[in-house]
Amino acid sequence: MKVKFQKTKGFYDVYERKPGVNKDIIHYCPGCGHGNAHKFIAETIADLGIQDRTVFVSPVGCSVFAYYYFDMGNVQAAHGRAPAVATGIKRTHPDSVVIVYQGDGDLAAIGTAEIVHAANRGENMTVIFINNAIYGMTGGQMAPTTLVGQRTTTTPYGRKPENEGFPVRVAELIDAIQAPIYIERVSLHDSKHVTKARRAVRKAITYQLEGKGFSLVEILSACPTGWGLLPVEARKWIHEAMEPNFPLGLKRDEGPNIEARELQPCNHVFEGVHGLIDLPAPEERGAATMQATMEHVEEAWRNPAIKVAGFGGQGVLLLGLGLANTGMQVGHHVSWLPSYGPEMRGGTANCGVHISTDLIGSPVVADTDILVAFNRPSLEKFEAAVRPGGVVFCDTSLVDVKPTRDDIVVVGVPATKLADELGNTKAANMVMFGAIIGRTKLFTVDEVCASLDGFIKKKKLIPVNEQAVKRGAEYVLEMS
Amino acid sequence: MATQAAKKPARKTRGFIKIREEECKGCGCCIEDCPQKVLEFSPNLNRMGYHPCVYKGDGCIACGICFYACPEPGAITVYQLEEGD
Repeated sequence: MKVKFQKTKGFYDVYERKPGVNKDIIHYCPGCGHGNAHKFIAETIADLGIQDRTVFVSPVGCSVFAYYYFDMGNVQAAHGRAPAVATGIKRTHPDSVVIVYQGDGDLAAIGTAEIVHAANRGENMTVIFINNAIYGMTGGQMAPTTLVGQRTTTTPYGRKPENEGFPVRVAELIDAIQAPIYIERVSLHDSKHVTKARRAVRKAITYQLEGKGFSLVEILSACPTGWGLLPVEARKWIHEAMEPNFPLGLKRDEGPNIEARELQPCNHVFEGVHGLIDLPAPEERGAATMQATMEHVEEAWRNPAIKVAGFGGQGVLLLGLGLANTGMQVGHHVSWLPSYGPEMRGGTANCGVHISTDLIGSPVVADTDILVAFNRPSLEKFEAAVRPGGVVFCDTSLVDVKPTRDDIVVVGVPATKLADELGNTKAANMVMFGAIIGRTKLFTVDEVCASLDGFIKKKKLIPVNEQAVKRGAEYVLEMS
Repeated sequence: MATQAAKKPARKTRGFIKIREEECKGCGCCIEDCPQKVLEFSPNLNRMGYHPCVYKGDGCIACGICFYACPEPGAITVYQLEEGD
């Protein structure tokens, strides 16, 4: 005797990742179609010998735990985003085989945009779409694919097209897009159709392996628990109720007719780019190398992490941009991470800036060396994050309180008032810029003035900004 | 079952299956799909409280339909008899 059919090597022998005691059985309900679909995929991957380069992207839904079972690469995507995550994986690892596995709530509701655009780009991936006409994991609510008249916990009198619309036919929807090469709808209601479904999954994965493009297999699958039916009855219901609404069959198979497609490489040509965005050439602005040192800067202010905060409209983000831009022109590594509300003006805004002679690991500013506070809420909010010995620059024309800590240096600059005297209140941020460099000697005034046209769009405002930077630097010198 | 067997003469036994009863959830899909009708529910309960499916002991043709009908990855193993078995 010989073994003819047995558990495929595409699954783990024992599901060690699964919590609880029953590590030899899958967590799905009796009669659930996920088990069958998993089996087809695992078997195909093992038979084709591509386990080591397959990445299985599981969705949100009952199959969120697919990584318990598949002995291959696994990624779990945010709800509906599996095709987007898979796009990233496939583009960065073109040799990988990416299986996107999604349910109807995941693919046809929250993830509609992702699947449509992944299909439209013709990403070389295989999408297995499990359609059971219901939200199974969350307890049987109406899904976009729920049939007209079908009772669910959120449509207790049956789905009414007047209120909830008609079921979404995903295979037909994707069929309206030009790029996909293989689309088929199959069912799991009897042995004949199970065999067809198995063949369809195999074909879709093979096409990906051949580099042909996007394929989608929609599998009509039973959810006995969600439907309130016994497993065998549920299979009959697929045939009697679902199939008239979701006609089975091949929608498209371009596989044999087309050649393998290759992504066009993106050649990054940096020469000439600066001309397109109105910047001087790299050699002219000294940014060709990032080998500038900070030896002239006092040790406490080398490689500073800077937080600039205030109201939207005060030029908070622009000051951060200016710091980063000047640092870049001088030849340092820089990062600028803005954070602001939806309002253009009046909301709160802040940004984090790193200026460093080393590579910057993260743009987030946690331990602040330099805090620039343009208003009272910003001072109160970010003061605690300043490291001991750090410095706080306060716009004393607007902030009427003093920092509560005594282990930090406070530099009060009436930036708004000084800018007002120069004739443009809005240049307060540049006065502050001058004050920062005057105090810390991070840059010289000339370096800042030379970089102004890199981040100030209205060229006629450059002179007043230059004045403001100089005034700020003078002010801190007068003070000390 | 008897009427069906009378209509369709049972083919020669060409294999057998082994079912891991502790992995079976008693959905009955294999019993429904088996062309030879050689599977049935056990009167006993497994650790999960299901009546697992069992092989009647004769008549399997090793077609593998039950294997693919079963949602459990490893509950069913199908063996084919070879000459001399």
